Formats: sequence, structure tokens, C-alpha cells
Amino acid sequence: MFRAALRLSVSGARSLTRTRPQYTASIAARSYSHGKQETDEEFDARWVTYFNKPDIDAWELRKGMNTLIGYDLVPEPKILEAALRACRRLNDLASAIRILEAVKDKSGPHKEIYPYVLQELQPTLSELGIPTPEELGIDKA
Amino acid sequence: MLATRSLVRGLQSGFWRRVSTSSAAWAAHTHDVDVIDCSIPQYNNRLDTPLPDVPFVRNLSAEQKKLKEKEKGSWTQLTKEEKLALYRLTHELSYAEMRQGSKEWMTVLGGIFIFLGFTGLLVWWQRIYVYGDVPHTLSEESMAQQTQRMIDMRVNPVHGFSNKWDYEKKQWK
Repeated sequence: MFRAALRLSVSGARSLTRTRPQYTASIAARSYSHGKQETDEEFDARWVTYFNKPDIDAWELRKGMNTLIGYDLVPEPKILEAALRACRRLNDLASAIRILEAVKDKSGPHKEIYPYVLQELQPTLSELGIPTPEELGIDKA
Repeated sequence: MLATRSLVRGLQSGFWRRVSTSSAAWAAHTHDVDVIDCSIPQYNNRLDTPLPDVPFVRNLSAEQKKLKEKEKGSWTQLTKEEKLALYRLTHELSYAEMRQGSKEWMTVLGGIFIFLGFTGLLVWWQRIYVYGDVPHTLSEESMAQQTQRMIDMRVNPVHGFSNKWDYEKKQWK
């Protein structure tokens, strides 16, 4: 419990110190007093590999996504792309749209993150035919 | 013997029925209440759980099943309405709808004030019609005599009551 709180506070501090899109940086998920810290790239790679599993099942997709949203960060577009492709393999369009909604919600007050993510994901979205929540009109209650 | 049997009968009927019988038996009796099975994963609308355990609509109609079949093909073939329908099959509320909030607080606050006001009226009525007269020592004349006596006695002469009375000019400071 305490470690989770520590992890979140460390994540928050680190995200401020990165130079390039600071707000979308995915941060080390564990903070130990000794031992190796996982770098952002390792974190991203781990999650991309998770979602890229060819025979990923629906439970794993849900578990992965819910866990990822639980972290104190907005996932990198490449992780989201892997997740969207996993939705495609599972024939689950609703989850793909939900993931986009979750990203927007996760950015909170940083309104510039979501358009950036959409911009990065645009090729994937058009290739797979995934509409954005705005196109469907569900971004407004 | 008969008394206990009628007691049990009384317990079984009416209000106590829900308490005394199991939910399955209760469901068999009436069909008004939706029995929710809490032992299996349930749908939930949560901001921190984008993908719930089960889809919102479990029992699909024939045309919904057809739409699900179409979902297995390329999504570029789906119309916008179909995509929206697929979303609504799996999710009850969108994120925007979850965050919406309501105007219920106004109703609650209004209700509170109404009841406070009503209570005020009751208290006022009670003051007028239930309470008797106050003691005669609270009359103007009696209070004046009491105050004079307190001044003469030098009540609290340093910082309090008599301190505020000017004994030379015989008036309040």
C-alpha cells in the first residue's frame, strides 16, 4: 500500500523532469531503494510486448488495460496502438473506443495530451476503422 | 403449539417474508424484483476501469447477434450508427456520461431548507401556545431594580459589570 503511494509520488516527480513530451512519458512502475530502476523505454517495451501477444485473450486485454489505466501516467501511443490491435484480434470495437475515452480521461487537466495521442494513432485508427469518441458523439454527455 | 404455528405463519406473510425466506425462494414467488447474482462478475461503470468484466447487454437479440458477426469483419465496413450500437451493447455509460453529475444536490438542499423552515414554524407555535409566562423577575421594573442592586454591590468592579458604570456621573461609561 505504502509502496504504491511511493511509486505514484516518484512517478509524478520524474514525469516533470523529462524534456520531450513530459506529459505522455510512461514512468518506472517500481521504486526501490536499491536495485535497478526500470527505465521508461523498458516499461513501454514490456507493455507493448504484452499487448502484442498474438493469441491474447479478452481477459488479458481487460486486465492489461485496467492495470495500465491504474498507473499514474498516460500510456505512450505505441502501447495504445498495440492495445488497439489486440482489440482488433479479439473483434472488440467497443473496447477500442473505450480505450481512447480512457486516455482522454486519464490526461485530466492536460488538454494537449489527447490530441497528440490521436495524432500519433491516426494511421492505426484509419487502418482499423476505429472511430474516435468525438466522431460518435459520445464525448459529450 | 398453535400459537407458535400462527406466529410462524405471520412471519412468513407480508413484510417479514423477504427477511425470512431465501432470495431464490422469494424470486420463485414474485417477479417484481430483479435478483442480482453477486457471486458472478458484474458490469460496472467506473472511470478507473475502462473495460468492465462483462458486457452491459448479455442477452443479444437476433439483429444484435448479426451486428456482432459483422464486427468480426473489417470495421471500415461498419456505419457510424453500427459502431455506436456496438459501443452501447458493451457499455452502459460513456466517460462523459459517467462524469456528468446531476442537479440532485439542489433538490436535497431545498428539501433540507423546507424541513428546517417547517420545524421553525413548529417551534414558534410551541413558544406561543405551549410555554407559560416568563418569571416576573424578567419584567422591565424588576430588571431595573436588579441592575441597580448589582451596581450598588460592585459586582465585578475590575473588568466586568461595575467597571462599566461611572460612579461619579451615575451613568454608564
